Amino acid sequence: MATAVITPERENYLNREYGIKSWLLTTDHKRIALLYLMSITFFFFIGGFFALLIRLELLTPAGDLVQADTYNKLFTMHGQVMIFFFLIPSIPAVLGNFLVPLMVGAKDLAFPRINLLSWYLYIIAGIMMLHCIVTGGVDTGWTFYTPFSTAFSNTKVIEAGLSIFIAGFSSILTGLNFVVTIHRMRAPGMTWSRLPLFIWAHYATSIIQLLGTPVLAVTLVLVVFERVFHLGIFDPTRGGDPLLFQHLFWFYSHPAVYIMILPAMGVVAEIVPCFSRKRIFGYKAIALSSIAIAVFGFLVWAHHMFVAGISLYSALVFSALSYLVAVPSAIKVFNWTATMYKGSITFSTPMLYAFGFIGLFTMGGLTGLFLAALGLNVHVTDTYFVIAHFHYIMVGGAVMGYLGGMHFWWPKISGRLYPEWLGKFAALIVFLGFNLTFFPQFILGYMGMPRRYWQYPPEFQVLNVLSTAGSTILAVGYVLPMVYFLWSMRYGKLADDNPWGAAGLEWQTASPPPTFNFDHEPEVTWEAYNYDQIPAPPEEVSVER
Amino acid sequence: MFDNLPLWPARASSGAGNVDALYIFLVLVAGFMCVAIFSLIVLFALRYRRQAGREAEQIEGSNALEITWSVVPLGIFMVIFAWGAVIYFQERTPPRGATEIYVVAKQWMWKLEHVEGQREINELHVPVGRDVEMIMTSQDVIHSFYVPAFRIKQDVLPGRYTTAWFRATKPGVYHLFCAEYCGSQHSGMIGQVVVMEPAQYEAWLSGGNTSGSLASNGQNIFQQLGCVTCHRADTQGRGPNLVGVFGKPVMLEDGRTVVADENYIRESILSPSAKVVKGFKPIMPVFQGLVSEEQLTELVAYVKSLSAPPGAAGTKVQESKVQ
Amino acid sequence: MSDSPVAVEHHGPELRHHFSSVEQQRDAASLGMWLFLGTEIMFFGGMFCAYLVYRLWYFKEFAAGSRSLDIWLGTINTIVLICSSLTVALGVRAAQMGKRALLVILLVLTLIFGLAFLGIKGVEWHAKYKEHHIPGASFDASDLVRDYPQIHIDQSHEQIYFSLYFAMTGLHALHMIIGVGIFTYLLYHAARGRYGPRYYTPIELGGLYWHFVDVVWIYLFPLLYLIDRKPLG
Repeated sequence: MATAVITPERENYLNREYGIKSWLLTTDHKRIALLYLMSITFFFFIGGFFALLIRLELLTPAGDLVQADTYNKLFTMHGQVMIFFFLIPSIPAVLGNFLVPLMVGAKDLAFPRINLLSWYLYIIAGIMMLHCIVTGGVDTGWTFYTPFSTAFSNTKVIEAGLSIFIAGFSSILTGLNFVVTIHRMRAPGMTWSRLPLFIWAHYATSIIQLLGTPVLAVTLVLVVFERVFHLGIFDPTRGGDPLLFQHLFWFYSHPAVYIMILPAMGVVAEIVPCFSRKRIFGYKAIALSSIAIAVFGFLVWAHHMFVAGISLYSALVFSALSYLVAVPSAIKVFNWTATMYKGSITFSTPMLYAFGFIGLFTMGGLTGLFLAALGLNVHVTDTYFVIAHFHYIMVGGAVMGYLGGMHFWWPKISGRLYPEWLGKFAALIVFLGFNLTFFPQFILGYMGMPRRYWQYPPEFQVLNVLSTAGSTILAVGYVLPMVYFLWSMRYGKLADDNPWGAAGLEWQTASPPPTFNFDHEPEVTWEAYNYDQIPAPPEEVSVER
Repeated sequence: MFDNLPLWPARASSGAGNVDALYIFLVLVAGFMCVAIFSLIVLFALRYRRQAGREAEQIEGSNALEITWSVVPLGIFMVIFAWGAVIYFQERTPPRGATEIYVVAKQWMWKLEHVEGQREINELHVPVGRDVEMIMTSQDVIHSFYVPAFRIKQDVLPGRYTTAWFRATKPGVYHLFCAEYCGSQHSGMIGQVVVMEPAQYEAWLSGGNTSGSLASNGQNIFQQLGCVTCHRADTQGRGPNLVGVFGKPVMLEDGRTVVADENYIRESILSPSAKVVKGFKPIMPVFQGLVSEEQLTELVAYVKSLSAPPGAAGTKVQESKVQ
Repeated sequence: MSDSPVAVEHHGPELRHHFSSVEQQRDAASLGMWLFLGTEIMFFGGMFCAYLVYRLWYFKEFAAGSRSLDIWLGTINTIVLICSSLTVALGVRAAQMGKRALLVILLVLTLIFGLAFLGIKGVEWHAKYKEHHIPGASFDASDLVRDYPQIHIDQSHEQIYFSLYFAMTGLHALHMIIGVGIFTYLLYHAARGRYGPRYYTPIELGGLYWHFVDVVWIYLFPLLYLIDRKPLG
């Protein structure tokens, strides 16, 4: 395959049109992906700022940085912003939007205007959330438990609830677009078994988005109605049941965590084969396990409620099912590791992030086994053990997957190379900072420190100080990529079509791609991950000559 | 052992050791899995790093491996599930004859009442070696009763009772935390459980001021509110005879049979038409809004005392007061 | 990579450029609409779950509340919606057969039926308002307590019934209003001859949406209006 020589003047999706209108009214999935990139990065730093304030407060046992009410708003909004405005969109809305059409060989997603609508809904929701934050915020915890959220909290529950409702709609439309595109717009020869696993992962994610998010939507609607009209659906003093809220809430919010992790798993499934120069081990197993996670993920929600007052027998059922859902994830980890066997491995920045993902996701996933064990759950639920568990998966897993993916596809997206040594350095900082921040929290949790505590008994201080120290390191690790990605857009070396020598249709078009993705409609006659046919790139990642 | 290592709280209950044992087992399993995976990755990364003259070997997969590493973890998981389930079953099944403590949680304090009438705020005195069952409700939002040293936790809900139990095994003072976010002072809703030697506990019990045992207070309310008019101790009353009813099955008008537990008694007072006893008419007035949580606790204790065998441990009710 | 030119027959302006054929575009649109309706099923499903739980617990109050609804108006509304689904289905057929005038008439009829439904709903809600059955500060079900002394109604449970009644019929009515908006748009373009045998996708998709809203009502009607209509013993 000849490497296409690109010159800066060649037309691509970035330079085809200039001006604000061409961006704000675009229907090009690649531009929309960049719009999302800017927005979610903004919200990531808002949520991260709240996290830093939380960690600063927790340096000392006494509540001395902010007031209790402020602290309660900080952790609530950290959760809401990070989950709904960063994690859930992140990989699908940025990398998915950019890559799904390219990977299946299409010119765009099935519904480009709905894609743009999806971004606008996200922005409207984001503005509402920002308004909510600056006009007083919300203090219910991101979980909105009733009757506190419906009858006791004096904060802007309605505005936050409506904001998340709209953001959910954005998520649903993205999922809808992906499913239809994957079903109906694959290029000739691109059969289901030739699809990259990134696509399988996004397909499974989209199913969850479509089926789960509406339940959150109606739950939020009922909470808003209850607050506005003083109903009693979830309020025991008016005949309602607070546990009904929890069931409805977790019915979405548990599958939501799979929305957050499956795309990252898809990213890892692209990176590891490329930097091992071999076909992924167990393609079918990994594809099917993505679907299995999506299906089983809907059956385990009440493992968040083992001490909430559910019956012993329900608890037994949900615990057993929770162990079932762990199996497909384990299968993936084993297959990725086996892919490295007898490979030819390079330690590029994306590969470092993939290693970090596998390690940290394994640790986070294994601690899920602790939480699914009923007798142990009683002691560790609602403590820092849970916080450590989900941050290992969401930050150690999903965010590292996101960063790995950003580095891997950056040349395709921007046509530029980021500085590789800085990339590796930042990856290391993120890894170290992350572990220092969150590993002590496992111990804190088992020792009994409850979550959402503004002040705490002095014996928990040492571990909290370690955790805060780690968080400052982690922050540096996150700022670095933002800086050098921006720098690279102007000063980075130009990239050619396929600097990594990777498999996949997206690498067979220019970097950055033309607006309609391919000069000629692709016709696929090879299997996925055909690394036996693709020569490895030279040691130095290829640049424009 | 290991009580001085700041890795876990003191082990001060009969169940704590079981929970820790499962925890340690899981730490070992997780540790082993991590070491295994990490070593393999490091090993492969070094052994198979890119070298001149060596190509990667294209390996499709292996069904045998897929099956093995699906079935083996599943088997281990089922062991963990069973172990955790057994402990949970023990945690959620209070032993018979446990001493009862009634707990009312409110923003942002714990109100605890001993059956003998002792009232405590944010502090619970218990004797070592005695089974203690807490019957808990909330006055407002959801709270959660958490004693790390006992490894117990149970959400406390408004509108119903939930229970938890423990048997303290080591004298000492242990943290009591609220573990379900409940508003402003959630992290201030901290108390302590004081575990005493039996002799000291008896001294404490008799030394404190009591305003009558829970059951005797309940009996007073029972008379004041006129319950006694219909709920006579014979079959002539317009309401069912309550002597001996607690803990037994009750047949309802609509054909269902329910057990008369604390929640049943409470619901019958607050919303009597929900479960009407077979053979009786739904004429009992609604007491929702007319009784406080504490009064409800006392009424429940009174009805329970009508079923206690004479001289039962912990429910010291004078026989002569039973109608 | 194949170099075959994209088979561009004489397609109308309706073929969007990222699709390679009209069939692909129609298939994609249809699949998209069915998936969207799937999400709507999950949306209403959450409320049906809440309804299920409370009906099991508070059956007596649900039965009393149900009897306080006007079964005749509810039945008329059901017939109105079923008729409107008929006109919608016939409208899709008219579009497929290129009968513009018939299509316009059927769309107008559909709109009339839809507005009739909303009007009748408004009448019912107004009656509830008069009877103080709207949940909230002014809720008062003492009339039901008086009417059914033998079942000893708990007013807080009764309010749950009406909360769910208004939430479910309210969200349904909102979907109807959106449907009326969609069909107004379709009527406008149908009148200008935009739809015919070659391109009737919007009519088809709008029709699917309308049928869905109708089906939701078919479930709401028995669940809300027909609980235990036999004489109370």
